[in-house]
Amino acid sequence: MFAEAVREAFERCPNLNPKRDIEALIVGHMGESFEHQGHTGPTMLDWSGMLPIPATRVESACASSGAALRCGIFAVLSGMHDVVMVGGVEKMNHRATPDVTEFLAMASDFPFEQWHGITFPGLYALIATAHMHKYGTTEEQMAMVAVKNHRYGVLNPKAHMQKEVTLEQVMSSRMIAWPLKLFDCSLVTDGASCLILTKPELARKFTDTPVHIIGSGQASDAIGLYEREEFTTLKAAKLAAREAYGIAKVESRDVDVAEVHDCFTIAEIVAYEDLDFCKPGEGGSLLEREATTIEGDLPVNTSGGLKSKGHPVGATGTAQAYEIYLQLTGQAEKRQVKDAEIGLTHNVGGSGATAAVHIYRKG
Amino acid sequence: MAVKCRSCVNLFLPPRNVCPRCFSTNLEWTELDEKGTLLTYTVIHVPPSQFQSVAPYALGIVEFEDGVHLLGMIRGVKQEEIMVGMDLTVDFDTNTPSQWPMWPRYFFKLP
Repeated sequence: MFAEAVREAFERCPNLNPKRDIEALIVGHMGESFEHQGHTGPTMLDWSGMLPIPATRVESACASSGAALRCGIFAVLSGMHDVVMVGGVEKMNHRATPDVTEFLAMASDFPFEQWHGITFPGLYALIATAHMHKYGTTEEQMAMVAVKNHRYGVLNPKAHMQKEVTLEQVMSSRMIAWPLKLFDCSLVTDGASCLILTKPELARKFTDTPVHIIGSGQASDAIGLYEREEFTTLKAAKLAAREAYGIAKVESRDVDVAEVHDCFTIAEIVAYEDLDFCKPGEGGSLLEREATTIEGDLPVNTSGGLKSKGHPVGATGTAQAYEIYLQLTGQAEKRQVKDAEIGLTHNVGGSGATAAVHIYRKG
Repeated sequence: MAVKCRSCVNLFLPPRNVCPRCFSTNLEWTELDEKGTLLTYTVIHVPPSQFQSVAPYALGIVEFEDGVHLLGMIRGVKQEEIMVGMDLTVDFDTNTPSQWPMWPRYFFKLP
């Protein structure tokens, strides 16, 4: 899978000589438990035919490749490397659901969360309950996220679940962690993603369709959701967004298309608020106004999101960046956002202990 | 039990060897009042492997004095009777597991 993603990245840079030009690999991967395979950096490098350059794995739970992307930016900006490959990979779908549930829960606090039977749907359900109680957000509004993102997954040939769902289907799907139901949850997916990063002055040497990364932000919070003062917002995401907007010198209203971390439907609503797409508590009404559809003011998750495209956890951050690359270079076909110039990705690890936000401009 | 920093009077859980607010190591154990308030909750229908036999079960985050929070199971309360803001108290299992973290599980119940 990872080798296929790497190969596509090479194809999209026709003037790149991979074995000569690429100087390092930084790869996001969350868990060795899924395949009993650690030491992912050199493993992925070898399978991609790219030995012997340096290869390092970055682990930040579901934000692993968002963090890898940021490390790749550092590698280029530091002057150490001119061209690096960043990506992510996860193979999860061959494991039984209880095992996947347990492995993913390792991204939460062990003695104070996992040991009491928490799951990731459970952690986001705690966020959902708090959001419903504080702001009156409804299960129907959460279901609207699923309906929208599945609609766009149908338009994405690489989406895991290319199937539309109705509001009624989401609302009547079986309970996973009240108030979250089956169709409020993202998918257990196998997947890989890869980007080639270089300096702005070299980009056009390799491709006619570069995209500029103009802002990067990352922040952290307590690993335990329970430790935080507020459960209706992810503070790390707000801080990461503030940093990324500041570096990019853009504001939320300048963003034309965004990929946000909809691991659960409530997470997309909270993301709208943390990214300043709306005020706290107004995420649900943004969906009711259809503001985040392709025809709306700020299209979100045109790829289908984690909800429909799938959530191969370690691969998600750079897969989001890939969708923004397609949108900003006019290659998103049936889901193309008209005149998209500024894009944003929002990648969250765990229940919000890590968040990475990146901002992109058309080349 | 929570940890109190003698230097800055910060009260915190999980317990740590160094105060996360002021980096002091001048710390002491302090007993919390058992009464708290439910901040948010969920009911787990699809559990991890080791909780298959007890599902569905309710989990909540409870706030104790000075803003100390804990996540744990809510036992002995019907799901439809669980409400954000309700008063709960903490109790402990009688058995101590032999594996990490090797202390009796706490849980929440009606006062």
